[in-house]
Amino acid sequence: MLSSHTFEDPGKMRDYHYTGPVEHRFSPYSFNGGTVLAVAGEDFAIVASDTRLSEGYSIHSRDSPKCYKLTDTTVIGCSGFHGDCLTLTKIIDARLKMYKHSNNKTMTSGAIAAMLSTILYGRRFFPYYVYNIIGGLDEQGKGAVYSFDPVGSYQRDTYKAGGSASAMLQPLLDNQIGFKNMEGVQHVPLTQEKAVQLVKDVFISAAERDVYTGDALRVCIITKEGISEQTVPLRKD
Amino acid sequence: MTDFGLRRLKKPGRNSGIPLQFFIPTLPNSAPFNPRPSLPFSPSNHSVTVSRPFPLSHGTTTLGFIFQGGVIAAADSRASAGGLVACPAVHKITPIHSHLVVTSSGSGADCMLWERILAREIRLYQLRHRRCLSICGTAKLLSFMLHPFKGTDVCVALTLCGWDKETGNTDCAKRSEASSFITDDSSSAVVSRRDVTAMAHSASPNGGPKLIYVCSDGARLKGDIFSVGSGSPYAYGVLDREQRWSLSKEEAISLAREAVFRATHRDAYSGNKVDIFHITAQGWSQRKREDLKEEYYRDMERRAKIVEERKRVTKLDALG
Repeated sequence: MLSSHTFEDPGKMRDYHYTGPVEHRFSPYSFNGGTVLAVAGEDFAIVASDTRLSEGYSIHSRDSPKCYKLTDTTVIGCSGFHGDCLTLTKIIDARLKMYKHSNNKTMTSGAIAAMLSTILYGRRFFPYYVYNIIGGLDEQGKGAVYSFDPVGSYQRDTYKAGGSASAMLQPLLDNQIGFKNMEGVQHVPLTQEKAVQLVKDVFISAAERDVYTGDALRVCIITKEGISEQTVPLRKD
Repeated sequence: MTDFGLRRLKKPGRNSGIPLQFFIPTLPNSAPFNPRPSLPFSPSNHSVTVSRPFPLSHGTTTLGFIFQGGVIAAADSRASAGGLVACPAVHKITPIHSHLVVTSSGSGADCMLWERILAREIRLYQLRHRRCLSICGTAKLLSFMLHPFKGTDVCVALTLCGWDKETGNTDCAKRSEASSFITDDSSSAVVSRRDVTAMAHSASPNGGPKLIYVCSDGARLKGDIFSVGSGSPYAYGVLDREQRWSLSKEEAISLAREAVFRATHRDAYSGNKVDIFHITAQGWSQRKREDLKEEYYRDMERRAKIVEERKRVTKLDALG
Protein backbone atom coordinates (compact mmCIF):
# COMPACT_ATOMS: atom_id res chain seq x y z
CA MET A 1 0.00 0.00 0.00
CA LEU A 2 2.70 2.44 0.97
CA SER A 3 4.91 1.51 -1.99
CA SER A 4 2.15 2.24 -4.49
CA HIS A 5 1.94 5.77 -3.16
CA THR A 6 5.63 6.36 -3.71
CA PHE A 7 5.20 5.71 -7.43
CA GLU A 8 1.90 7.39 -7.97
CA ASP A 9 1.68 10.83 -6.46
CA PRO A 10 4.80 11.73 -4.54
CA GLY A 11 3.48 15.19 -3.75
CA LYS A 12 0.67 14.09 -1.47
CA MET A 13 2.54 11.48 0.58
CA ARG A 14 5.81 13.34 0.67
CA ASP A 15 5.35 14.68 4.17
CA TYR A 16 4.36 11.38 5.64
CA HIS A 17 7.15 9.05 4.78
CA TYR A 18 10.87 9.07 4.20
CA THR A 19 11.83 9.62 0.56
CA GLY A 20 15.59 9.78 1.00
CA PRO A 21 18.07 12.48 1.98
CA VAL A 22 17.03 15.97 0.90
CA GLU A 23 19.49 18.82 0.45
CA HIS A 24 18.38 22.12 1.93
CA ARG A 25 20.22 25.02 0.41
CA PHE A 26 20.28 28.56 1.64
CA SER A 27 17.52 30.45 -0.13
CA PRO A 28 18.06 34.17 -0.46
CA TYR A 29 14.29 34.68 -0.61
CA SER A 30 11.66 34.54 2.09
CA PHE A 31 7.95 35.18 1.85
CA ASN A 32 6.68 37.93 4.15
CA GLY A 33 3.03 37.93 3.10
CA GLY A 34 0.74 40.87 2.64
CA THR A 35 -1.81 41.96 0.11
CA VAL A 36 -1.95 45.11 -1.99
CA LEU A 37 -4.83 46.47 -4.01
CA ALA A 38 -5.22 49.45 -6.33
CA VAL A 39 -8.30 50.91 -8.03
CA ALA A 40 -8.41 53.73 -10.59
CA GLY A 41 -11.41 56.01 -10.90
CA GLU A 42 -12.32 58.91 -13.13
CA ASP A 43 -10.29 61.49 -11.19
CA PHE A 44 -8.90 59.52 -8.25
CA ALA A 45 -6.86 56.44 -7.49
CA ILE A 46 -6.80 54.28 -4.38
CA VAL A 47 -3.89 52.14 -3.20
CA ALA A 48 -4.56 49.97 -0.16
CA SER A 49 -2.54 47.38 1.70
CA ASP A 50 -2.74 45.40 4.89
CA THR A 51 -0.07 46.01 7.53
CA ARG A 52 0.90 42.52 8.66
CA LEU A 53 4.50 41.36 8.22
CA SER A 54 4.78 37.61 8.70
CA GLU A 55 7.28 34.82 8.07
CA GLY A 56 6.31 31.17 8.23
CA TYR A 57 4.07 30.77 11.29
CA SER A 58 5.19 33.99 13.03
CA ILE A 59 4.11 37.59 12.76
CA HIS A 60 7.03 40.00 12.82
CA SER A 61 4.98 43.17 12.94
CA ARG A 62 1.38 44.29 12.92
CA ASP A 63 2.23 47.79 11.69
CA SER A 64 4.22 47.46 8.50
CA PRO A 65 2.21 49.05 5.69
CA LYS A 66 3.10 48.19 2.16
CA CYS A 67 2.15 51.46 0.43
CA TYR A 68 5.01 53.86 -0.22
CA LYS A 69 4.49 57.42 -1.40
CA LEU A 70 6.68 58.23 -4.41
CA THR A 71 5.47 61.63 -5.63
CA ASP A 72 2.44 63.84 -4.94
CA THR A 73 0.47 61.91 -7.51
CA THR A 74 1.87 58.38 -7.24
CA VAL A 75 1.86 55.66 -4.60
CA ILE A 76 3.40 52.21 -5.00
CA GLY A 77 2.32 49.08 -3.16
CA CYS A 78 4.93 46.31 -2.83
CA SER A 79 4.32 42.87 -1.33
CA GLY A 80 6.38 39.69 -1.30
CA PHE A 81 9.82 39.60 0.23
CA HIS A 82 10.20 42.58 2.56
CA GLY A 83 13.95 42.95 2.05
CA ASP A 84 13.51 43.36 -1.69
CA CYS A 85 10.55 45.73 -1.15
CA LEU A 86 12.71 48.07 0.96
CA THR A 87 15.65 48.03 -1.46
CA LEU A 88 13.44 48.48 -4.49
CA THR A 89 11.69 51.52 -3.00
CA LYS A 90 15.08 53.02 -2.11
CA ILE A 91 16.26 52.53 -5.69
CA ILE A 92 13.07 54.07 -7.08
CA ASP A 93 13.43 57.09 -4.77
CA ALA A 94 17.03 57.58 -5.89
CA ARG A 95 16.07 57.37 -9.57
CA LEU A 96 13.23 59.85 -8.98
CA LYS A 97 15.67 62.32 -7.49
CA MET A 98 18.12 61.81 -10.39
CA TYR A 99 15.33 62.48 -12.86
CA LYS A 100 14.21 65.59 -10.98
CA HIS A 101 17.73 66.97 -10.95
CA SER A 102 18.49 66.31 -14.60
CA ASN A 103 15.08 67.10 -16.11
CA ASN A 104 13.74 69.68 -13.63
CA LYS A 105 10.35 68.02 -13.42
CA THR A 106 8.68 65.28 -11.39
CA MET A 107 8.24 61.90 -13.01
CA THR A 108 4.72 61.10 -14.16
CA SER A 109 3.02 57.82 -13.18
CA GLY A 110 3.49 56.33 -16.64
CA ALA A 111 7.18 57.20 -16.64
CA ILE A 112 7.67 55.66 -13.18
CA ALA A 113 5.98 52.49 -14.41
CA ALA A 114 8.21 52.24 -17.48
CA MET A 115 11.29 52.87 -15.36
CA LEU A 116 10.31 50.23 -12.80
CA SER A 117 9.90 47.71 -15.60
CA THR A 118 13.52 48.20 -16.68
CA ILE A 119 14.78 48.16 -13.07
CA LEU A 120 13.07 44.83 -12.47
CA TYR A 121 14.27 43.31 -15.75
CA GLY A 122 17.84 44.33 -14.99
CA ARG A 123 17.70 41.61 -12.36
CA ARG A 124 16.18 39.02 -14.68
CA PHE A 125 18.43 36.22 -13.41
CA PHE A 126 18.15 36.99 -9.69
CA PRO A 127 14.82 38.77 -9.50
CA TYR A 128 13.38 41.06 -6.88
CA TYR A 129 10.72 38.91 -5.27
CA VAL A 130 8.21 41.74 -5.14
CA TYR A 131 4.72 42.09 -6.60
CA ASN A 132 4.32 45.78 -7.38
CA ILE A 133 1.25 47.84 -8.11
CA ILE A 134 1.51 51.55 -8.85
CA GLY A 135 -1.52 53.77 -8.40
CA GLY A 136 -1.71 57.42 -9.30
CA LEU A 137 -3.00 60.13 -11.60
CA ASP A 138 -1.84 60.41 -15.18
CA GLU A 139 -1.05 63.67 -17.00
CA GLN A 140 -4.73 64.25 -17.78
CA GLY A 141 -5.69 63.85 -14.13
CA LYS A 142 -7.41 60.49 -14.62
CA GLY A 143 -6.77 57.58 -12.29
CA ALA A 144 -4.16 55.05 -13.46
CA VAL A 145 -3.12 51.68 -12.07
CA TYR A 146 -0.04 49.82 -13.34
CA SER A 147 0.49 46.22 -12.23
CA PHE A 148 3.79 44.35 -12.50
CA ASP A 149 5.10 40.84 -12.28
CA PRO A 150 8.40 40.21 -10.42
CA VAL A 151 10.51 40.43 -13.59
CA GLY A 152 9.10 43.62 -15.06
CA SER A 153 6.19 42.79 -17.34
CA TYR A 154 3.57 45.49 -16.79
CA GLN A 155 0.22 46.70 -17.97
CA ARG A 156 -2.12 49.59 -17.28
CA ASP A 157 -5.34 48.39 -15.59
CA THR A 158 -8.43 49.81 -13.91
CA TYR A 159 -8.04 47.64 -10.81
CA LYS A 160 -5.62 44.97 -9.62
CA ALA A 161 -4.91 42.96 -6.50
CA GLY A 162 -1.44 41.63 -5.74
CA GLY A 163 0.20 39.62 -2.99
CA SER A 164 -0.86 36.61 -0.97
CA ALA A 165 -4.65 37.05 -1.22
CA SER A 166 -4.62 38.28 -4.82
CA ALA A 167 -6.17 35.09 -6.23
CA MET A 168 -9.12 35.57 -3.86
CA LEU A 169 -9.61 39.30 -4.35
CA GLN A 170 -9.14 39.60 -8.12
CA PRO A 171 -12.32 37.66 -9.06
CA LEU A 172 -14.33 39.76 -6.60
CA LEU A 173 -13.00 42.97 -8.16
CA ASP A 174 -13.68 41.58 -11.67
CA ASN A 175 -17.28 41.16 -10.66
CA GLN A 176 -17.86 44.37 -8.69
CA ILE A 177 -15.80 46.90 -10.62
CA GLY A 178 -15.50 45.23 -14.02
CA PHE A 179 -19.09 43.90 -14.02
CA LYS A 180 -17.80 40.67 -15.51
CA ASN A 181 -20.06 37.64 -15.74
CA MET A 182 -23.17 39.58 -14.80
CA GLU A 183 -26.14 39.80 -17.12
CA GLY A 184 -28.31 42.87 -17.45
CA VAL A 185 -26.53 45.29 -15.11
CA GLN A 186 -25.83 48.92 -15.79
CA HIS A 187 -22.18 49.81 -15.92
CA VAL A 188 -22.13 52.80 -13.59
CA PRO A 189 -18.79 54.54 -13.14
CA LEU A 190 -17.25 54.11 -9.71
CA THR A 191 -17.52 57.04 -7.27
CA GLN A 192 -14.77 57.68 -4.75
CA GLU A 193 -16.95 56.87 -1.69
CA LYS A 194 -18.16 53.62 -3.21
CA ALA A 195 -14.64 52.64 -4.18
CA VAL A 196 -13.27 53.24 -0.65
CA GLN A 197 -16.11 51.25 0.89
CA LEU A 198 -15.57 48.42 -1.59
CA VAL A 199 -11.84 48.30 -0.81
CA LYS A 200 -12.55 48.07 2.93
CA ASP A 201 -15.11 45.29 2.45
CA VAL A 202 -12.79 43.38 0.16
CA PHE A 203 -9.94 43.45 2.67
CA ILE A 204 -12.24 42.31 5.48
CA SER A 205 -13.06 39.27 3.32
CA ALA A 206 -9.40 38.68 2.55
CA ALA A 207 -8.49 38.75 6.24
CA GLU A 208 -11.11 36.08 6.89
CA ARG A 209 -9.65 33.56 4.49
CA ASP A 210 -5.96 34.37 4.06
CA VAL A 211 -3.66 33.81 7.03
CA TYR A 212 -1.04 36.29 5.81
CA THR A 213 -3.51 39.20 5.58
CA GLY A 214 -4.90 41.04 8.59
CA ASP A 215 -4.15 43.38 11.55
CA ALA A 216 -4.93 46.69 9.87
CA LEU A 217 -5.66 48.21 6.50
CA ARG A 218 -3.95 51.35 5.20
CA VAL A 219 -5.84 53.13 2.41
CA CYS A 220 -4.16 55.93 0.40
CA ILE A 221 -6.52 58.01 -1.72
CA ILE A 222 -4.84 60.04 -4.46
CA THR A 223 -6.71 63.02 -5.90
CA LYS A 224 -5.55 66.28 -7.40
CA GLU A 225 -5.70 67.80 -3.93
CA GLY A 226 -3.05 65.37 -2.71
CA ILE A 227 -2.77 62.05 -0.93
CA SER A 228 -4.96 61.29 2.10
CA GLU A 229 -4.53 58.21 4.26
CA GLN A 230 -6.95 56.21 6.38
CA THR A 231 -6.27 53.29 8.70
CA VAL A 232 -8.95 50.70 9.38
CA PRO A 233 -8.52 47.81 11.86
CA LEU A 234 -8.82 44.22 10.58
CA ARG A 235 -8.82 40.82 12.26
CA LYS A 236 -5.73 40.21 14.36
CA ASP A 237 -5.86 36.43 14.44
CA MET B 1 32.59 34.47 -29.16
CA THR B 2 30.77 34.56 -25.84
CA ASP B 3 33.32 36.98 -24.38
CA PHE B 4 32.73 39.35 -27.26
CA GLY B 5 29.03 39.26 -26.50
CA LEU B 6 29.54 39.95 -22.80
CA ARG B 7 31.90 42.83 -23.45
CA ARG B 8 29.44 44.40 -25.81
CA LEU B 9 26.76 44.20 -23.13
CA LYS B 10 28.85 45.72 -20.35
CA LYS B 11 30.00 48.80 -22.29
CA PRO B 12 27.51 51.66 -22.09
CA GLY B 13 25.83 52.64 -25.34
CA ARG B 14 27.57 55.44 -27.17
CA ASN B 15 24.95 58.13 -27.43
CA SER B 16 22.37 56.93 -24.94
CA GLY B 17 21.45 58.80 -21.78
CA ILE B 18 20.97 55.66 -19.75
CA PRO B 19 23.70 53.02 -20.21
CA LEU B 20 22.55 49.72 -21.70
CA GLN B 21 23.58 47.81 -18.57
CA PHE B 22 20.77 49.52 -16.70
CA PHE B 23 18.26 47.28 -18.36
CA ILE B 24 19.94 44.49 -20.27
CA PRO B 25 20.39 41.91 -17.52
CA THR B 26 23.87 40.58 -16.68
CA LEU B 27 24.22 36.91 -17.45
CA PRO B 28 24.28 34.31 -14.68
CA ASN B 29 27.84 33.30 -15.72
CA SER B 30 29.14 36.68 -14.68
CA ALA B 31 27.45 36.60 -11.26
CA PRO B 32 29.79 37.79 -8.48
CA PHE B 33 29.47 34.63 -6.43
CA ASN B 34 31.00 32.40 -9.10
CA PRO B 35 34.22 31.18 -7.47
CA ARG B 36 36.25 30.33 -10.59
CA PRO B 37 36.65 32.32 -13.82
CA SER B 38 34.78 30.89 -16.80
CA LEU B 39 37.32 29.27 -19.12
CA PRO B 40 36.34 28.69 -22.75
CA PHE B 41 36.31 24.90 -22.41
CA SER B 42 34.81 24.45 -18.94
CA PRO B 43 31.11 23.66 -18.69
CA SER B 44 29.04 26.73 -17.97
CA ASN B 45 26.84 25.25 -15.27
CA HIS B 46 29.10 26.01 -12.31
CA SER B 47 27.68 29.45 -11.62
CA VAL B 48 25.17 29.58 -8.81
CA THR B 49 21.68 30.03 -10.18
CA VAL B 50 18.95 31.04 -7.77
CA SER B 51 15.69 29.18 -8.05
CA ARG B 52 12.65 31.41 -8.25
CA PRO B 53 9.85 30.97 -5.74
CA PHE B 54 7.20 32.24 -8.19
CA PRO B 55 5.99 31.19 -11.63
CA LEU B 56 6.37 33.48 -14.65
CA SER B 57 3.70 34.03 -17.26
CA HIS B 58 3.73 31.62 -20.20
CA GLY B 59 1.29 29.89 -22.48
CA THR B 60 -0.37 31.45 -25.48
CA THR B 61 -1.62 31.07 -29.04
CA THR B 62 -0.26 33.40 -31.70
CA LEU B 63 -0.23 32.97 -35.43
CA GLY B 64 0.67 34.73 -38.64
CA PHE B 65 0.29 33.96 -42.32
CA ILE B 66 0.89 35.56 -45.70
CA PHE B 67 -1.72 35.87 -48.44
CA GLN B 68 -2.30 37.99 -51.51
CA GLY B 69 -3.57 40.92 -49.44
CA GLY B 70 -0.59 41.11 -47.10
CA VAL B 71 0.12 39.55 -43.73
CA ILE B 72 -2.34 38.66 -40.98
CA ALA B 73 -1.14 38.44 -37.38
CA ALA B 74 -3.50 37.15 -34.67
CA ALA B 75 -3.13 36.29 -30.99
CA ASP B 76 -5.17 35.54 -27.90
CA SER B 77 -4.98 37.77 -24.82
CA ARG B 78 -4.45 35.56 -21.79
CA ALA B 79 -1.33 35.67 -19.61
CA SER B 80 -1.13 32.71 -17.23
CA ALA B 81 1.34 32.30 -14.36
CA GLY B 82 1.25 28.71 -13.12
CA GLY B 83 -2.43 27.87 -12.83
CA LEU B 84 -3.63 31.43 -12.34
CA VAL B 85 -4.70 33.84 -15.05
CA ALA B 86 -2.37 36.73 -14.30
CA CYS B 87 -4.08 39.03 -16.78
CA PRO B 88 -7.00 38.39 -19.14
CA ALA B 89 -6.36 41.34 -21.43
CA VAL B 90 -2.73 41.41 -22.51
CA HIS B 91 -1.57 42.85 -25.83
CA LYS B 92 0.54 40.15 -27.44
CA ILE B 93 0.89 41.91 -30.77
CA THR B 94 3.00 45.06 -30.67
CA PRO B 95 3.74 47.42 -33.52
CA ILE B 96 7.43 48.25 -33.88
CA HIS B 97 7.10 50.71 -36.72
CA SER B 98 4.51 51.52 -39.35
CA HIS B 99 5.22 48.39 -41.41
CA LEU B 100 6.29 45.85 -38.80
CA VAL B 101 4.32 44.13 -36.10
CA VAL B 102 5.66 41.55 -33.64
CA THR B 103 3.64 38.75 -32.05
CA SER B 104 5.11 37.56 -28.79
CA SER B 105 4.94 34.30 -26.95
CA GLY B 106 6.93 32.79 -24.13
CA SER B 107 7.59 34.64 -20.93
CA GLY B 108 5.65 37.92 -20.76
CA ALA B 109 8.36 40.07 -19.21
CA ASP B 110 11.05 38.79 -21.59
CA CYS B 111 8.91 39.51 -24.65
CA MET B 112 7.90 42.98 -23.47
CA LEU B 113 11.44 44.08 -22.68
CA TRP B 114 13.05 42.55 -25.78
CA GLU B 115 10.46 44.18 -28.01
CA ARG B 116 11.31 47.48 -26.35
CA ILE B 117 15.03 46.94 -26.97
CA LEU B 118 14.32 45.93 -30.58
CA ALA B 119 12.20 49.03 -31.21
CA ARG B 120 14.98 51.20 -29.82
CA GLU B 121 17.62 49.56 -32.04
CA ILE B 122 15.43 49.86 -35.15
CA ARG B 123 14.86 53.54 -34.46
CA LEU B 124 18.57 54.14 -33.88
CA TYR B 125 19.37 52.37 -37.17
CA GLN B 126 16.85 54.52 -38.96
CA LEU B 127 18.33 57.71 -37.53
CA ARG B 128 21.92 56.70 -38.27
CA HIS B 129 21.49 55.25 -41.75
CA ARG B 130 18.48 57.26 -42.94
CA ARG B 131 16.61 54.19 -44.13
CA CYS B 132 14.40 51.54 -42.65
CA LEU B 133 16.03 48.24 -41.76
CA SER B 134 14.53 45.38 -43.77
CA ILE B 135 12.42 42.75 -42.00
CA CYS B 136 15.10 40.10 -42.62
CA GLY B 137 17.70 42.47 -41.21
CA THR B 138 15.54 43.12 -38.15
CA ALA B 139 15.19 39.39 -37.56
CA LYS B 140 18.93 38.91 -37.84
CA LEU B 141 19.59 41.78 -35.43
CA LEU B 142 17.15 40.38 -32.89
CA SER B 143 18.57 36.88 -33.22
CA PHE B 144 22.11 38.14 -32.63
CA MET B 145 21.02 40.23 -29.63
CA LEU B 146 19.40 37.16 -28.07
CA HIS B 147 22.33 34.86 -28.74
CA PRO B 148 24.32 35.64 -25.54
CA PHE B 149 21.28 34.53 -23.54
CA LYS B 150 21.04 31.11 -25.16
CA GLY B 151 20.97 28.40 -22.52
CA THR B 152 19.57 30.72 -19.85
CA ASP B 153 16.02 30.99 -18.76
CA VAL B 154 15.06 33.71 -21.23
CA CYS B 155 12.11 32.41 -23.19
CA VAL B 156 11.17 34.54 -26.17
CA ALA B 157 9.50 33.36 -29.38
CA LEU B 158 8.60 36.25 -31.65
CA THR B 159 7.06 36.31 -35.10
CA LEU B 160 7.97 39.39 -37.11
CA CYS B 161 5.12 40.18 -39.50
CA GLY B 162 5.77 43.00 -41.87
CA TRP B 163 5.96 44.52 -45.27
CA ASP B 164 9.33 45.31 -46.81
CA LYS B 165 9.35 48.45 -48.86
CA GLU B 166 11.03 48.39 -52.27
CA THR B 167 14.65 49.57 -52.10
CA GLY B 168 14.92 53.34 -52.33
CA ASN B 169 11.91 54.03 -50.20
CA THR B 170 13.23 55.60 -47.03
CA ASP B 171 10.26 56.40 -44.88
CA CYS B 172 8.88 54.21 -42.16
CA ALA B 173 6.99 56.15 -39.57
CA LYS B 174 7.70 55.65 -35.87
CA ARG B 175 5.21 53.38 -34.19
CA SER B 176 3.44 56.23 -32.44
CA GLU B 177 2.70 57.90 -35.76
CA ALA B 178 1.53 54.74 -37.51
CA SER B 179 -1.99 54.72 -38.81
CA SER B 180 -4.39 52.46 -37.03
CA PHE B 181 -7.50 52.72 -39.11
CA ILE B 182 -10.58 50.50 -38.78
CA THR B 183 -10.61 47.77 -41.37
CA ASP B 184 -13.90 48.29 -43.11
CA ASP B 185 -12.27 50.44 -45.76
CA SER B 186 -12.17 48.81 -49.17
CA SER B 187 -9.33 46.49 -49.90
CA SER B 188 -9.32 47.35 -53.58
CA ALA B 189 -6.43 49.80 -53.13
CA VAL B 190 -4.30 46.99 -51.76
CA VAL B 191 -5.21 44.48 -54.47
CA SER B 192 -4.46 46.87 -57.33
CA ARG B 193 -0.86 47.29 -56.24
CA ARG B 194 -0.11 43.59 -56.21
CA ASP B 195 -0.68 41.01 -58.92
CA VAL B 196 -2.97 38.31 -57.74
CA THR B 197 -0.66 35.49 -58.71
CA ALA B 198 1.88 33.90 -56.48
CA MET B 199 4.59 34.69 -59.05
CA ALA B 200 4.43 38.39 -58.23
CA HIS B 201 5.35 37.56 -54.68
CA SER B 202 8.65 36.05 -55.80
CA ALA B 203 9.25 38.51 -58.64
CA SER B 204 10.32 41.26 -56.20
CA PRO B 205 12.39 39.32 -53.67
CA ASN B 206 13.30 42.37 -51.66
CA GLY B 207 9.91 43.89 -51.16
CA GLY B 208 6.53 42.52 -50.20
CA PRO B 209 5.05 40.69 -47.23
CA LYS B 210 7.41 38.90 -44.87
CA LEU B 211 6.93 36.54 -41.95
CA ILE B 212 9.93 35.54 -39.88
CA TYR B 213 10.04 33.51 -36.66
CA VAL B 214 12.82 34.29 -34.15
CA CYS B 215 13.26 32.50 -30.87
CA SER B 216 15.66 32.65 -27.95
CA ASP B 217 16.96 29.13 -28.73
CA GLY B 218 18.56 30.67 -31.79
CA ALA B 219 16.08 29.75 -34.52
CA ARG B 220 15.45 32.27 -37.28
CA LEU B 221 13.06 31.01 -39.95
CA LYS B 222 11.33 32.72 -42.85
CA GLY B 223 8.04 31.20 -43.95
CA ASP B 224 4.41 31.63 -45.01
CA ILE B 225 2.56 30.31 -41.97
CA PHE B 226 3.70 30.29 -38.36
CA SER B 227 1.86 29.55 -35.15
CA VAL B 228 3.61 29.74 -31.79
CA GLY B 229 2.67 28.77 -28.27
CA SER B 230 0.91 26.10 -26.30
CA GLY B 231 -2.19 26.42 -28.49
CA SER B 232 -0.26 26.28 -31.76
CA PRO B 233 -1.00 22.63 -32.69
CA TYR B 234 -4.72 23.40 -32.67
CA ALA B 235 -4.21 26.59 -34.65
CA TYR B 236 -2.03 24.79 -37.25
CA GLY B 237 -4.80 22.24 -37.75
CA VAL B 238 -7.29 24.94 -38.67
CA LEU B 239 -4.83 27.02 -40.71
CA ASP B 240 -3.39 24.18 -42.77
CA ARG B 241 -6.86 23.27 -43.97
CA GLU B 242 -7.87 26.64 -45.37
CA GLN B 243 -4.81 28.80 -45.87
CA ARG B 244 -3.85 29.57 -49.46
CA TRP B 245 -2.39 32.53 -51.33
CA SER B 246 -5.66 33.56 -52.98
CA LEU B 247 -7.74 34.24 -49.85
CA SER B 248 -9.68 37.48 -49.76
CA LYS B 249 -9.15 39.87 -46.86
CA GLU B 250 -12.40 38.94 -45.11
CA GLU B 251 -11.72 35.23 -45.56
CA ALA B 252 -8.21 35.62 -44.16
CA ILE B 253 -9.43 37.54 -41.12
CA SER B 254 -12.16 35.06 -40.40
CA LEU B 255 -9.69 32.18 -40.81
CA ALA B 256 -7.33 33.79 -38.29
CA ARG B 257 -10.18 34.35 -35.85
CA GLU B 258 -11.39 30.77 -36.24
CA ALA B 259 -7.89 29.35 -35.68
CA VAL B 260 -7.38 31.34 -32.46
CA PHE B 261 -10.90 30.49 -31.30
CA ARG B 262 -10.41 26.75 -31.74
CA ALA B 263 -7.02 26.88 -30.06
CA THR B 264 -8.36 28.80 -27.05
CA HIS B 265 -11.22 26.32 -26.78
CA ARG B 266 -8.88 23.37 -26.36
CA ASP B 267 -5.82 24.91 -24.73
CA ALA B 268 -6.22 25.88 -21.09
CA TYR B 269 -3.46 28.47 -21.22
CA SER B 270 -5.00 30.49 -24.09
CA GLY B 271 -8.23 32.37 -23.99
CA ASN B 272 -10.22 35.55 -23.42
CA LYS B 273 -9.95 37.81 -26.48
CA VAL B 274 -8.50 37.75 -29.98
CA ASP B 275 -6.47 40.54 -31.55
CA ILE B 276 -6.06 40.66 -35.31
CA PHE B 277 -3.63 42.87 -37.22
CA HIS B 278 -3.44 43.23 -40.98
CA ILE B 279 -0.25 44.53 -42.59
CA THR B 280 -0.20 45.84 -46.14
CA ALA B 281 2.04 48.10 -48.20
CA GLN B 282 0.30 51.06 -46.53
CA GLY B 283 1.14 49.90 -43.02
CA TRP B 284 -0.54 47.99 -40.23
CA SER B 285 -4.16 48.24 -39.16
CA GLN B 286 -5.76 46.73 -36.10
CA ARG B 287 -9.21 45.28 -35.71
CA LYS B 288 -11.26 45.92 -32.61
CA ARG B 289 -10.66 43.23 -29.97
CA GLU B 290 -13.26 40.51 -29.96
CA ASP B 291 -14.28 38.54 -26.91
CA LEU B 292 -14.19 34.84 -27.74
CA LYS B 293 -17.05 34.17 -25.35
CA GLU B 294 -19.38 35.80 -27.92
CA GLU B 295 -17.79 33.70 -30.69
CA TYR B 296 -18.44 30.56 -28.64
CA TYR B 297 -22.15 31.40 -28.22
CA ARG B 298 -22.44 32.18 -31.96
CA ASP B 299 -20.84 28.81 -32.70
CA MET B 300 -23.30 27.06 -30.37
CA GLU B 301 -26.20 28.75 -32.16
CA ARG B 302 -24.83 27.70 -35.56
CA ARG B 303 -24.56 24.09 -34.43
CA ALA B 304 -28.05 24.16 -32.91
CA LYS B 305 -29.40 25.42 -36.26
CA ILE B 306 -27.64 22.61 -38.14
CA VAL B 307 -29.09 20.02 -35.76
CA GLU B 308 -32.57 21.55 -36.17
CA GLU B 309 -32.22 21.47 -39.95
CA ARG B 310 -31.13 17.83 -39.92
CA LYS B 311 -34.05 16.87 -37.68
CA ARG B 312 -36.45 18.64 -40.03
CA VAL B 313 -34.99 16.92 -43.10
CA THR B 314 -35.07 13.43 -41.55
CA LYS B 315 -38.68 14.00 -40.47
CA LEU B 316 -39.60 14.93 -44.06
CA ASP B 317 -37.75 11.87 -45.38
CA ALA B 318 -39.53 9.65 -42.87
CA LEU B 319 -42.89 11.02 -43.98
CA GLY B 320 -42.18 10.96 -47.72
